[in-house]
Amino acid sequence: MRRLRAVRQSRRANLILAVVAIGLAALVPFFFAPLSTFMNNAVLALAYVVMALGLNIVVGFAGLLDLGYVAFYAFGSYTVGWLASDFFAYINGGKGVHVIAPQLLSSPAGIHVNFLLIVVVAIVLCAVVGALIGLPTLRLRGDYIAIVTLAFGEIIRVFAFFGDDIRFGKHYLLTNGRQAISPVDQIELPLLHQFDSAFSLRPYYWFALAMVALVLFVNFRLRDSRLGRAWIAIREDEVAAASMGVPLVKTKLLAYATGGALGGMAGAFLGVYYNSVNANQFQFGFSIFILGMIILGGLGSIWGVVIGAVALSFINTYLIPSLNDIPEKFGLDFDFTTLSFGIFGFLIVLMMVLRPEGLLPERRRRLELTEGMGAGDEQLFEVRA
Amino acid sequence: MEAASVSTRPGATLTESIRDFLSRYALIIVLLVLPIAFGIKDLSEEGDLSRLANNLMDGLSNGAIWALIALGYTLVYGIIEVINFAHGDNFMIGTFVSFTLYGTLGLGLGAGTPALVLGLVACLVVSMAACATTNVMIERVAYRPLRNAPKLAPLITAVGFSFILQNVGILWFGSSQFSVPDLIHSQHVLFSVAGVSIHNSDVLAVAVTVPLVLLLTQFITRSRIGKAMRATAQDPEAARLMGINVDTTISFTFLLGGLMAGAASLIYALYQTTLWYFSGFQAGLIAFTAAVMGGIGNLQGAVLGGLIIGCIQQIADNKIGAQWTAAVVFAYLIMIMVFRPQGLLGEETREAG
Repeated sequence: MRRLRAVRQSRRANLILAVVAIGLAALVPFFFAPLSTFMNNAVLALAYVVMALGLNIVVGFAGLLDLGYVAFYAFGSYTVGWLASDFFAYINGGKGVHVIAPQLLSSPAGIHVNFLLIVVVAIVLCAVVGALIGLPTLRLRGDYIAIVTLAFGEIIRVFAFFGDDIRFGKHYLLTNGRQAISPVDQIELPLLHQFDSAFSLRPYYWFALAMVALVLFVNFRLRDSRLGRAWIAIREDEVAAASMGVPLVKTKLLAYATGGALGGMAGAFLGVYYNSVNANQFQFGFSIFILGMIILGGLGSIWGVVIGAVALSFINTYLIPSLNDIPEKFGLDFDFTTLSFGIFGFLIVLMMVLRPEGLLPERRRRLELTEGMGAGDEQLFEVRA
Repeated sequence: MEAASVSTRPGATLTESIRDFLSRYALIIVLLVLPIAFGIKDLSEEGDLSRLANNLMDGLSNGAIWALIALGYTLVYGIIEVINFAHGDNFMIGTFVSFTLYGTLGLGLGAGTPALVLGLVACLVVSMAACATTNVMIERVAYRPLRNAPKLAPLITAVGFSFILQNVGILWFGSSQFSVPDLIHSQHVLFSVAGVSIHNSDVLAVAVTVPLVLLLTQFITRSRIGKAMRATAQDPEAARLMGINVDTTISFTFLLGGLMAGAASLIYALYQTTLWYFSGFQAGLIAFTAAVMGGIGNLQGAVLGGLIIGCIQQIADNKIGAQWTAAVVFAYLIMIMVFRPQGLLGEETREAG
C-alpha cells in the first residue's frame, strides 16, 4: 500500500511539474522578438526534445540501442516533402490533389494535405517502418541491434541522397536528393491563420511545445503502463522477462514502432519548419546527436532526457559557436563549429565513463548500473548463460 | 541447437526442415545471386566472362584491405565481446599518417624504385605503430573503465570515439576529399592471365596481406601470449585464476588489431589515392560486415568475409552504380543478421543465437 501511495505521489508530482514547466515555457516567446535567433533555436530545441523522448523509449526504456534513428527524421520529413509541396507536379494533370489544403500555396500543382493529417500519416508510416527495422533484430541482442539499425539508417540515407536517380513513370522521382524539396506548405490549423516563418516564429514555438506536452504525456503513461514495465523488464534481463511471460516479439516491436512514430512526428515538424527537405540533413551524425541528448540527461529518465535535449541543442547553437574565436587567440586556424560532432562524441565518452547514469538519473537505472559496477574487482565480465 | 541442424532427421516437420535449410544455405544462395546474375548478363551480352572475372580480381585485392581491418574487429570481439566501433576511424588515422609520411620522407612520383620500396616499408612500420598506439589508447580510455558496466556502455563510448577521431581527421586535413600521389602506379597492368589483368595494386595487396595474416594466425596459435589471448576469450575468469594478466592480454589484442589496421591503411592510401576523414567510417562498416559474414571472433572467417565483401562491392560498383554500393553492402549485413547471424564459419553465440 505504501508503495502504491508513493507511486501515486510521484505521479502527481510529475503532473504538477509538467504543467508548471510547460506553462512557463509557453510564456517564453513574449520575452523575445518574434523573429529572434533565440526563438529559432528554441523551436529547434523543442523539436529535438520530441525526437529525444522518442529515442528514449527505444534506448532508455527497452534497452535496444538504435543508431539509425535518423531514418524516422527522414521519413517524417519526406512525408511533408511528398504530401505538402509541388514535388509531384504532374499529378492529376498538373492541377494537383488538395486535401483540406492551406490557403496560401506556392503553386497549386502537386499534393497538398493539411499538416495535421500529414502528422498522422508520418506517425503511421514511421511506426510501420520502425517495426520493419525492428524485425531483423528480434533474434539479436545487444550491440548487433545497434549495427543493424545503423545499417538501415545508412540505406535510407543512400536512398534519400540518390533518390533523384529513381524514377517512377515519366515525371516522378523518389526524392530530390541534395537539391531539397522546397518550399513546402506551412502549417494551418483550424480557426487560425496560416503559420508564416517570415512573419513570426511564435506559432511554431507553441506548436512544438504542444507536441512536447503530448509526447511527455505519452511517455509518462507508457512508462507506468504494463507495456512500459515490460520494456524495462526486457532491458534489465531479457531471459528473465521472457520466462515471466513477457512476449518479447510484440514488446520489442512496439518499442521500435512507438519510438519511430514520435521521431516521425518531430521529423514532419522539422521538415515544415526548415521549409525544405534535403537529403543532407539525414546523416548518421544526427542519430548520435539525439543519442547524446538522452545519454547526457540519463537513459530512461524522462525529465533527464528533456533537460539533456535542451542542453545539447543549446550547446550546439550557442556554446560551440561562441568558442569560435578561441583557436585564433592561440594562433590556430580552425572552426569549432566544424568540429561540433567531435565535441558531442567527446561529451558522450565523458558522460559514459564518469557519470553513465546521466545528469538526472532514473532511480531504477542507477541501481542497474551500480549493481554491475559495485560487484567488486572479481567480477570482470557478465555472468554468462 | 546441434540436433536441430540435422535436416534429414526423421520426424522433422516440413517447416522445421525449411528453417534448417534456410539457416544453412540461404546466406550462401544470397551471396551467389549477384555474381551469377551479372555473369549471365555478361555472357548473353558479350559472350565471355572476362569483365566479371576482372571485377572479381579487383574485388579480391580490395577485399584484402577489408580483411585486414575485419581482423581487428574480430580479434577484439572475440576477446571482450565489444564492437570496437572506432576501429574504422583508427584506420583512417593510419591513412593520414601514411600520407603525411610521404611528405616527410620525400616520396613522390619521381622517387627511384629502391628509395620507394624503403620509404614504403618505413611508412608501413610507422602507420602500423600509429594505429596500434591509438587502438591501445582507446581501449585504455574508453573501454577499460566500463568493463563491468552493461554491454551498451562501451559501444556508446566507441561511437563517441569514432566521432572524436573523425574530427581529428578534419582538423588534420580538412573536411573535403584530397588526392595523394599514386606512388606505385596502382592501375598499371603488370601482366594478364586469360583476360584478367593483374595491376600493381593487386600484387601489393596480396604481398602485404598474406604474410601478415599468416604471421598473425601463427602468432595466435603458437606464441605464449597468443595462448593467453585464446584463454581469455574462452573464460576470462578462469584465465585470471591461471595467472594470466587479463588487462595486458586485452591491451595486446587491441595492439594486434591496430597493427592490422595500420597495414591496411597504407595499402588503401596507395590503392585508392583519394582520402578523406569519412573514409574510415565507411571502411569500418564494410569491414565489420565482413567480420560478421565470416563469423565474428573467427580469424579465417574475417579473411573470407573480407574477400567476399570486396567482390560484392566491386560488382556493385561496376554493375549497379557506385552510389548504391553502400546500400548493397548494408543490405547484405542485414541479410546475414536475418539468415545466419553466426556467420559463414562461426558457431552459434549467445549474442546471435
